[in-house]
Parts: sequence; structure tokens; C-alpha cells
Amino acid sequence: MTGARSFVVDDREKGIFLLDREALVSDEVLRGEMKNIFAKCWIYVGHGSELKRNGDFHTRKVAGRPVIFARDGKGQVRCHFNTCRHRGALVCTERKGNTRRFNCVYHGWIYNNDGSMARVPGDEAYTAAFDQSTFGLKAPARFEQYRDFWFMNLDANAQPLVEYLGAATDYIDLVVDQSPSNTMQVIAGTQEYDVNANWKLMVENSVDDYHLPSTHSTWLNFMANSGVKVESPKDPSLILPTHGLAIDLGNGHFTTDNINFRGRPVAAWIPIYGEDAKPEMDAIRQELVERVGPDRAKRICDTNRNLVIFPNLVINDGSSVTIRTFFPDGANKMHVTAWALGPVEESESMRARRLDAFLTFYGPGGFATPDDVEALELVQQGLANYTDDRWSEMSRGMGREAAQLNSDEHHLRTFWRHWDKMMAGEQAGEKA
Amino acid sequence: MSAATMTNVSVTRAEVEDFLYHEAMLLDAWRLKEWEELLADDATYYIPANDDLEGDFKSSLYIISDDRERIRQRIIRVLDPNCHAEFPRSRLCRLITNVRVTGVEGDIVKAAANFSCYRYRRYQREFVYVGRYEYQLRKSGNSFKIKERRVLLAAHELGSLGSVSFVL
Ligand code: FES
Ligand SMILES: [Fe+2]
Repeated sequence: MTGARSFVVDDREKGIFLLDREALVSDEVLRGEMKNIFAKCWIYVGHGSELKRNGDFHTRKVAGRPVIFARDGKGQVRCHFNTCRHRGALVCTERKGNTRRFNCVYHGWIYNNDGSMARVPGDEAYTAAFDQSTFGLKAPARFEQYRDFWFMNLDANAQPLVEYLGAATDYIDLVVDQSPSNTMQVIAGTQEYDVNANWKLMVENSVDDYHLPSTHSTWLNFMANSGVKVESPKDPSLILPTHGLAIDLGNGHFTTDNINFRGRPVAAWIPIYGEDAKPEMDAIRQELVERVGPDRAKRICDTNRNLVIFPNLVINDGSSVTIRTFFPDGANKMHVTAWALGPVEESESMRARRLDAFLTFYGPGGFATPDDVEALELVQQGLANYTDDRWSEMSRGMGREAAQLNSDEHHLRTFWRHWDKMMAGEQAGEKA
Repeated sequence: MSAATMTNVSVTRAEVEDFLYHEAMLLDAWRLKEWEELLADDATYYIPANDDLEGDFKSSLYIISDDRERIRQRIIRVLDPNCHAEFPRSRLCRLITNVRVTGVEGDIVKAAANFSCYRYRRYQREFVYVGRYEYQLRKSGNSFKIKERRVLLAAHELGSLGSVSFVL
């Protein structure tokens, strides 16, 4: 019975926002999330660039569902449930590959890469009522893309993906525009790691700039040691060296939008990239200015943005571009998958620089992410006292008259308000 | 003199073993400043992604891809008490076995070994990293300097191992 009650105290008059910590530890809440959120929202499956040739496929778990993300023989991108229509075995056990057919090892049913049934061995043993052609692999009710980011939805009545994304599309565009041909590419090498913490803590962490100075002081040191001057803010209301905003994009989506200080492969040079990178990076910026105009070029190069698409897709456009998604495996654990994304026409040297920049901050061996993981796990451990220490405090910035800062908790409140509504059984999107 | 024109150094497996055991002791004991002295000036340290072990660090996203300067920065970071992922420090114990010399080119000795590295944190959090080390060692006098140190993880994904926040 998670549907009826609220998990937040949202007192806008007093400027106080509290979260009931049961939301982060309860198996019952997780069951409610699978039903009210993961079965109703658009959930990220993969990027079209992962499927270069017809017949390419990747198997993965999306919201606990084993799926095959594939490009069929005609070039159409598909998402099949990786479940045999006969008696239920996985039909594809390889991580990735290229194939025309998926063969179930158990009794040998065979499917085409578009999901349709190819052959049932010994089909003469069935009656006329058995119609082989109806036994294609099942698929999520809906499967749609925006700029080659593919999402599934288990709810046939969901609003179209593009409507669901709403204002968040502007921020996806800022990423895709980095490629001269508007073609971004997922780079080889996947980082998959577990965090022993509730999945929603990763949502919070991905946009929470309040934690940067305390959680990531060793990263700030590294930047300083590498010649990147990170000065303390002169404005006493700021936590970070530069000004940054937290923006509510509707439908539970939100982003930070920060003036860059950390260097960006497209195209803000810092000493870590080396002197020899300068001409190439100047050329990248120049191409952008010519293609999208000076204002938008500046917007792309000189701001960084951590975008959350509700509920569980994060696109960090910071030290490098990363796509990160995560799924609960119990209330106290999540599986995280992270990829690097880059313009398809990027030169070899620029690609190497992008990957190097990625590792200065992100990932299980990066100079920052392991400390985020640690912080999240410390929260989860601390939450064991939730029955006697019930509320998490998220009021930061509530009294602020002006725009909300990235170091406030406005965007976290945006998430939790939307989550709370969804858990009470509301539809995923505001009707367009 | 380039490695190609140089006569190959002679090396025994026992010499390589002794070196790797010594290195393992320093790493397990967090004696990273002493470990750093084992590195050549052009040393690199790589952990490729579990799903792309053959990938090149210039075109594939690794878990760790450090040049000599990045290794220096990594040591500064992990020894800092503000490296929260390693404070209090993990207790480490690595077992190294199946050591083989796989090739000699000039003064470069290529060697491989299997490892299991146990990492313990408080409250019975236990992580077991299993895989293969691939080394390029430059023989200097009676010992070696590490030119390249490559860690190939056996697991299909990092998964329950979480982070590689120490020197594996
Ligand atoms: S379960 Fe797949 S053929 Fe029987
Ligand atoms: Fe962080």
C-alpha cells in the first residue's frame, strides 16, 4: 500500500522540505516504484550508434527486464524482450554481436532479428490452433527515440517520448550539436558497477553541486596540481567557483546549468590537455561558431550541464560527455552503467583527449566518482536508523527569491515532488 | 640504442617473481611512495573496461588509463585522508601466481601473472578482484623498472566490485 500516502513534507510557506527516509530503504516502496514509475515512464535502453550494422545487437537489462537492443535486417532499431515464447528461456546469451537469427538453446525455437518467428522444430506435432506466426518475440509496448537516444515504455497509453521529454530536449540538443554532422557516438568500453545504495541517491548525487567541495576535494587538488586554477568564489552565496543554476524542466526532469571552469573537450582548453591540443580545440570552437553562431557556440563550450531525465537517465556534459543509467536491485543496491559519448567525426587525438578527460573525474577508477559512490553508501548505511531518525533535510535555497543555484536543493525537490506524485498513481507526463 | 638493435637481456622467471612479490607487498601495505620508485619515467598503468579488454586506451573507455604524471597524481589522491573511498584505508591482500616470462625485446621483459586481490572495508564489506597482470619491465642492473602495468579483470563487469579506488 504505497499508493496513498506522501513521503515528503513540502511546506512552501515556512520554506521547509523533508523526505521520509523510508522511501530509500523499503522493499514495499520499491515494488511501488516498479509498478508506478518503471512500468509507466520512458526508460532509456540504448543509443543507435551502438548498432552500427544491420544485425548488430546488444543484450542488457533495462529496469530488471532482459532485452535485446538490435538493428534488424532492414536497418530498423528494435527492442525485444529476451524471453523465449515457448517456455521462457533467454534466447540470446551473448553480450553483443551480429546475427540474423536468435536461437533458443532449450528446444531450438528460432527468431529473426526483427523478432518474428522463423522456425519451430517439429512443428507437425502441433494442432491447427497453434499459429506459429503469432510467436514472435514480445517487445515493450512502446519504443521510441529522440536524436538516436532510444527509450522503451511498458505502458501502451504513455504520451509520445518527445512530449514526455518536453523542455529536456533542449539540453539533449546542446549535446548532439557538438557534432558537425549532429551524430554522436557511444564509444567502446562500458563501465558497469554496483553501488550499495538506493537508486534515487544516484539521481540526487548526479546534480547535487552542494557536495563538490567536501566530497571532491582531492579532485580539486588534482586540478590545482595540473595547473587549472580553481578559485574560491568571491560571491559568498556561491559554493562553486562559478555561477550555476538548477533548472526544473517539467515532468520530473531537471538539469544544472553552470558556467564552466573545469575544461571541456568541446571546446574549452585547460592545461591538462597539453599545449599541443590548443590548435585543434580552437578549430573545434571555430567550426561551432560558423555552424551554430557565436552565442550558441559559447553556450555549448563554456557551460556544463548535468541533465536528469526522470527517472533514471543522466547525461553529464562536463569534463567529458557521459550517459549513465542505473536500476534498482533491491532497495539498498543499484546497478550502474556508464558510457562515453563523442562526436562521430572526432579526430584520433581529440578522441583520446576526450577519454582521458573522462577519466580525470568519472567512473570507478576516476578521481571523483569513487568518492561519490562512497558517500552514497555511507548514506545507505546511516539510513538503517530511519525508524528513529526519520527525515532527510532538503530545504536548501527554498527562501531564495532569485533563480535557484546548482548548490541549492531545488532540483532534488523537483525530483522528489514528481516521484511522490507518481507513487500516488499519477500518469507519467502532464498532458500536452 | 633502440630495443630492436639491442641484444636481449637475460632473465629468469624467479627474478620476475621476486620483483612482483616485492611490488605486491608495497601495494598491499600502502607504501606507495616506495612503489613509485619502481616505476620507469615513462610508466603507464592501465585497466581496460571489462567488456573491451583488447581495446586501445585512445579509442576505448578504460577504467584507468594513467601516464606517469597521472600515476603521481593518483598516489597523492589515494593517500589523502579526503579520498573518502579509501579512508579509512582498505586492507589489501593480493596473491600472485602463474608467473610467466612471455617475451624479451632488448631490455624489455614482458611478463604475465594471475592475481586475486582481496580488499576489505569495515562492516564485512569484502571485494575480490581476480584477473591477470601484464607487465613490461625494463631490466636495469639486477632489478627492473615498470614500463607498463596492465590489469585485465576476469569478471564480465565490475559489478559488485564497485570501484577501483586503490592501486590494483
Ligand atoms: S524455451 Fe525456448 S525453445 Fe523451449
Ligand atoms: Fe560527485
